[in-house]
Amino acid sequence: MDSINWHAVLFFLFAGLACGAGVAVVLCGNIVRMAFALVAALGAVAGLFFLAGADFLGALQLLVYVGGTVVLLVFGVMLTAQRPLFALPCGIGQWVAAVMTSACLLALLLQAALAVHESIGPPQPGQLPASLQPTTTQIGLALLGLRADRLHQPDPVLRKGMSGYLLPLEIASVHLLVVLIGAVFLARTKRHLSSDILQRGQQRSPTLSDNSANTPSHSGNTSSHSASTSPHIGNTRFHSTGEQSNEPVD
Amino acid sequence: MNPLTEPIGVAHYLVVGAVLMVCGLLCMFTKRNALGVLMGIELVLNAVNVNLVAFGSPWLRADAARSIALDGQLLAMFVIVLAAAEAAVALAIVLCYYNNHATVDVDKASKLKG
Amino acid sequence: MAERLTSWLDPSWHWLAYAIAGLVHAALLLTLALTAAAVSIWLERKVAARIQDRLGPTRVGGRYGWLQPLADGLKLLGKEDIIPAAADRLLFRAAPYLVYGATFCTYMVLPFASGWVALPLDSAVFLFLAIASLEVLGVILAGYASGSKYSLFGAMREAAQVVSYEIPMALCVVIPVMLAGTLSLSQIAEQQRGWLTNWLVFHNPFVFGAFFIYCACAVAHTNRAPFDLPEAESELVAGFMTEYSGFRWVVFFMAEYAAMFAVSGLGAILFLGGWNGPVPIADLLGLRYDVGPLAGLAGNLLGTVNFIFKCFLGVVCMVWLRWTLPRLRVDQVMTLCLKYFIPLATAMLAGCMLWQYAMKDGMLRSVGIGQREATGADRQDGSRSSSMALPDALSLPDNHRRHPIGRHAPPVRYMAAADVPPYQTASSDALRHVSPYALKCAEIRCFFPGYSARAKESHVLGAKTYNFIPREAYSPRRAGTCRFRWRKTWLHPVRSKITRSSALDL
Repeated sequence: MDSINWHAVLFFLFAGLACGAGVAVVLCGNIVRMAFALVAALGAVAGLFFLAGADFLGALQLLVYVGGTVVLLVFGVMLTAQRPLFALPCGIGQWVAAVMTSACLLALLLQAALAVHESIGPPQPGQLPASLQPTTTQIGLALLGLRADRLHQPDPVLRKGMSGYLLPLEIASVHLLVVLIGAVFLARTKRHLSSDILQRGQQRSPTLSDNSANTPSHSGNTSSHSASTSPHIGNTRFHSTGEQSNEPVD
Repeated sequence: MNPLTEPIGVAHYLVVGAVLMVCGLLCMFTKRNALGVLMGIELVLNAVNVNLVAFGSPWLRADAARSIALDGQLLAMFVIVLAAAEAAVALAIVLCYYNNHATVDVDKASKLKG
Repeated sequence: MAERLTSWLDPSWHWLAYAIAGLVHAALLLTLALTAAAVSIWLERKVAARIQDRLGPTRVGGRYGWLQPLADGLKLLGKEDIIPAAADRLLFRAAPYLVYGATFCTYMVLPFASGWVALPLDSAVFLFLAIASLEVLGVILAGYASGSKYSLFGAMREAAQVVSYEIPMALCVVIPVMLAGTLSLSQIAEQQRGWLTNWLVFHNPFVFGAFFIYCACAVAHTNRAPFDLPEAESELVAGFMTEYSGFRWVVFFMAEYAAMFAVSGLGAILFLGGWNGPVPIADLLGLRYDVGPLAGLAGNLLGTVNFIFKCFLGVVCMVWLRWTLPRLRVDQVMTLCLKYFIPLATAMLAGCMLWQYAMKDGMLRSVGIGQREATGADRQDGSRSSSMALPDALSLPDNHRRHPIGRHAPPVRYMAAADVPPYQTASSDALRHVSPYALKCAEIRCFFPGYSARAKESHVLGAKTYNFIPREAYSPRRAGTCRFRWRKTWLHPVRSKITRSSALDL
């Protein structure tokens, strides 16, 4: 018997978890369970990144995606929660159309995935790198404009792109600033509207948390976004749009 | 035991990416909760990241020098950053919508219809 | 460790070597995490008691009650397992383990001595922050799954607080990373080798300020007072932990203490020199791996003791803060983070950045106090540099070459305790830049400051002071008859009118 390739065992573990959690996100009824299935899926993808030797990227995935974006989504779920927390079911017709389209896409993608050229086929055991290669400094230098890993590259085709990723970094920084300002503006409190809307909404469907629509929220900074919520209305100092609130404080 | 003895290549990661992409698309198609749709978007972007990292990994191919090496990781990094930004804005829009309509059901968002 | 095991086994059993190495690392870390949590629980009760002018546990486990955590644990294990009717059962059961798992996994990247780290990653700091951010999800899960409004409110407040304080914490963590030039915790601590002046906290005033901001953010991250409104008894019963009892609550409790230990450890490595003490005893005595394996082991053990002492110092400070300061309101907490800590941390970062251009060797060394030892990594042949060494054609400014360990990192070995330390120094080179006065101080045997000071305490009439403590002075049997007055130290029982039966031990 050949020796078990433990890299493969770990890969199947993480891949199975990722795909299973992805299917669970689709099939879950409860939105909060969907959110935590998403956590499992993103965590498994981070594990796949670690297995592929991208430790910085795996840590980034955990920090930004799992610890930031999913927390943001869960805050959104809690802020917009309604009494039936079960996801509203969609019609069978939509399910049929969705499954047919997804099956076609899955077939296409699998065919492309399995038709990978033999030059990028799986490695033999003797061809693997000796140890985990340090990528952090190289990533840092590439973001600053120097591709330190390509300095000794003999192949001229692969030597292209020596200027690194400085311009995309700057564009991403400005983009994040714009997003920060935009999200803060979009999600600001609009007190003069919400109480009427809430009453109309309550007549249609009772809400789980009665003052959830009144709580302000705004996005956080750079790569880890945070939404701060508080049931106290008293913190109008840093959220108000300038108008005084004469509604009762909860 | 056969699949466990073969070495893992790029194709394995691409299959995982494909499955995640399809799950994300199914989420976007079938969820009536706007936040469910956002979760589908996150799954799609993660599938893309898995593909990028797979092409850039020296552990998954026979000729490590011909992988796109750090480009894969850097592109995946930018995708992560931009996805987080987009999730923030999308959540702000959903909250705005909730403030105005007291529901996050996307089927009810039909004011511009017809 | 894995490499040594694989050299003993034939290739088809290599996986066993890696499995054993992994299990040994995991067992050691788990033992440490649980023991640290238990000792922290005992410390909390004793320190809290002393601050409140009482004794604390004195019955279980001898005179100082050091087995009290065991008694607490046994009591909690015997409690009834209650799950509220409105709770989401699966998520309710899973939440404590998610929090504890995230907290425990941060121990993977902490180096306890030179080469003694479970995961010698190049991006260790980043991984620590990433895993620490996963606790928030466990907290939200716990709050939601309890099916109670108090729990949900407490969980959302706690999540908002922790997520908001990650930002100034990350900014403060970036400052020593910037000074050291690497994200690897082992190398950051290696660069602080030597005397007290090598510690990064004394490098420039901006790092000094950043250290205190980091301490405050660490306290907020672990939800300890004065930032513990989410679990305040007077407000929300127990926040997200309201519906948890018995063993599940034990897991949350231990996760909190494990997190305190871990963030203290991170602060110790980044700012306080990690496993290096104020005096480099191991180097002066020649306890290094290049002298011999046993000497290296002794030196590393000394370093581990040093590191764990610093972690417990941080824990004691957090306990001290809890029982001294009043609680902050949630809007005060958020104001502090967004309006004060983030601008201050950014200012510290900017100041430190500019400082590196002005005085690149740090405040103390620029005026000649203390010298960093010559390291083997800047040898001419570059034999210890990795494959990513920069060619000489790229002329970087001098301050980029100041820390050769960060730039020309030795190759990282995956899951191995290094047989050879990351750099080797000749002992004469190591002491070349140390001042003769410091060497003389190191030769003095009775170097402990309390020794001579205590002999001078005779200002209290009728009092006798000793340099040791005679047994009859602290025996509880003689408590009522003791005639000696002592300077009260918080580790010894008070010998006034308190007899054993009337001691308030809790």
